Amino acid sequence: MLTFAMQAAFLLFSIALLLNVWRLVKGPSTPDRILALDTIYINSLALLLLLGIWHSSTFYFEAALLIAMLGFIGTVVAAKFLLRGDIIE
Amino acid sequence: MAELPFWAECLITFFLILGGSFALIGSLGLARLPDFMTRLHAPTKNTTLGVGGVVLASITYFSASSGVLSMHELLIACFLFLTAPISAHLLAKAALHLELRTVSATQDLRSHPGPFSSAENPDVSTESADNESAPEVKSNNQS
Repeated sequence: MLTFAMQAAFLLFSIALLLNVWRLVKGPSTPDRILALDTIYINSLALLLLLGIWHSSTFYFEAALLIAMLGFIGTVVAAKFLLRGDIIE
Repeated sequence: MAELPFWAECLITFFLILGGSFALIGSLGLARLPDFMTRLHAPTKNTTLGVGGVVLASITYFSASSGVLSMHELLIACFLFLTAPISAHLLAKAALHLELRTVSATQDLRSHPGPFSSAENPDVSTESADNESAPEVKSNNQS
């Protein structure tokens, strides 16, 4: 049952990632693309956590935490660049 | 994966399916909704809840397989719960600054709305009122 649930969760998150990539390619405006990138890093972080459960290894959590921090900084910097035309004023 | 007791497998399965469904619904909203403000609404909440579900499943799995309560996954969930509203707020401010085009059902509550906002678009109700008066013209039959 656990193997089936893990495969189902992998499938759901992969479909979610494909939808995000579609929005990233299509997205009519720049904030749409930034939002798609934001959702992509959150979904890939969840996939890393799932991979950690699948391999029974705790080494993936540090990578997931690093992706969370750097992804948040990237989103904030891109949104701030759209808002002000400059990142560090 | 390690062998686990039955209640732990049930709990992990529930959290995994819950998290996966939330993430899929959020990404579906990102792909399907009509304008940027509605698209911003869908993934910022739902992907956070999806990661929360996966984190709860991971906590349950490692606590049940090792016998020791392992809580360090909760750090990721706390970080995402703190940062997701901030990034959504900054993206909404950027979208307002760029004056993105919105559908007419999205309300613009600013005091000076932009050129493409819903206040200046033709309202849906007036179009339907025009369509209702149209069939009376067709009733003139020639005898």
